[in-house]
Amino acid sequence: MTLSWYLVLAAILFTIGAVGVLVRRNAIVVFMCVELMLNSVNLTLVTFARANGTVDGQIMAFFVMVVAAAEVVVGLAIIMSIYRTRRSASVDDANLLKY
Amino acid sequence: MTQTLGGGETVVFWVLGPIALAGALGMVLSRNAVHSALWLVNTMLAFGVFYVIQEAPFLGAVQIIVYTGAIMILFLFVLMLVGRDTSDSVVETLRGQRVAAIILGIGFAGLVGAGIARATEDLPTDGLGDPGGAGNIPAISELLFTKYLLAFEVTSALLITAAVGAMVLAHIEREPGSRLSQKELSRARFLSERQGTLPGPGVFARANSVAVPAILPDGRVAEESLATGLEPQEPDEMPRPTGRGQLGSPDAALGTLDPAPLEGRDR
Repeated sequence: MTLSWYLVLAAILFTIGAVGVLVRRNAIVVFMCVELMLNSVNLTLVTFARANGTVDGQIMAFFVMVVAAAEVVVGLAIIMSIYRTRRSASVDDANLLKY
Repeated sequence: MTQTLGGGETVVFWVLGPIALAGALGMVLSRNAVHSALWLVNTMLAFGVFYVIQEAPFLGAVQIIVYTGAIMILFLFVLMLVGRDTSDSVVETLRGQRVAAIILGIGFAGLVGAGIARATEDLPTDGLGDPGGAGNIPAISELLFTKYLLAFEVTSALLITAAVGAMVLAHIEREPGSRLSQKELSRARFLSERQGTLPGPGVFARANSVAVPAILPDGRVAEESLATGLEPQEPDEMPRPTGRGQLGSPDAALGTLDPAPLEGRDR
């Protein structure tokens, strides 16, 4: 087994997350799929850090985690305020921004 | 120069890799959003172990604590607030979008996966040495506070902005006086027809299911105790405890719906 298996696994999980973003209609589940994509990128970063023999990749993954946490907090707050006005968490119902 | 990894790591990878994959698939495929969140927790935990065996023990711990411990719990909190029964609609807004997305996904995974596999076939596995083990946290902190100090400081600004933004977005402004105070509620209750509390479901009834309405002492159904949101249904009721001598035959005593005489009750 070589390190490229980690990268292949991360690519597959990234794809599953991307397909989930396209397919699912519940805004919270879409957010979870985005989280999965961020995580698989983190796995790639950690794997390359190991291959290169430096810790820089791990620090980049660390920053990705921090940004993901901030993104989740704001995103969930937006979903909640949309749900309050529209009684729905579906991404199809929140289409009034275009008018 | 291709270096193969150790046997223990291979075993861990081939055990946890399918688990992570199953978690991701389960998240996308399960219709219930809570199930999706739990599947994702599964994947996140597997990722944490991956980080640990990939010489990033600090990142593994942070993954488990921050992602599965904080972020996923936040997700579950919001799911419970928003209503976990807001399940996904199966209606396709754009026709053929689902099939197109799946084909795109398979194509993308094949392309990127095969490309990465070919390109990194002979990826050297230098390993981190000491920074990958006991010296992981000192190595990370040294880089974080020297080379990446600016990014670290900007991160703190980002976190504060996110916290303030979440508070602003989730805050509800209420006019003072738009909610009844306890005193006003109490006064309104004493001016109403019924001062006491409503009877709970099943009071004086012969079953303790919430679907059974309370029965007033004279045998009528108390309308106020009808459970909301429940279909009226026939619960399994205990036979009314009436004395057999009053009704004659033993069969007649079982399951009559007539209100029993008060002195016949032995409760």
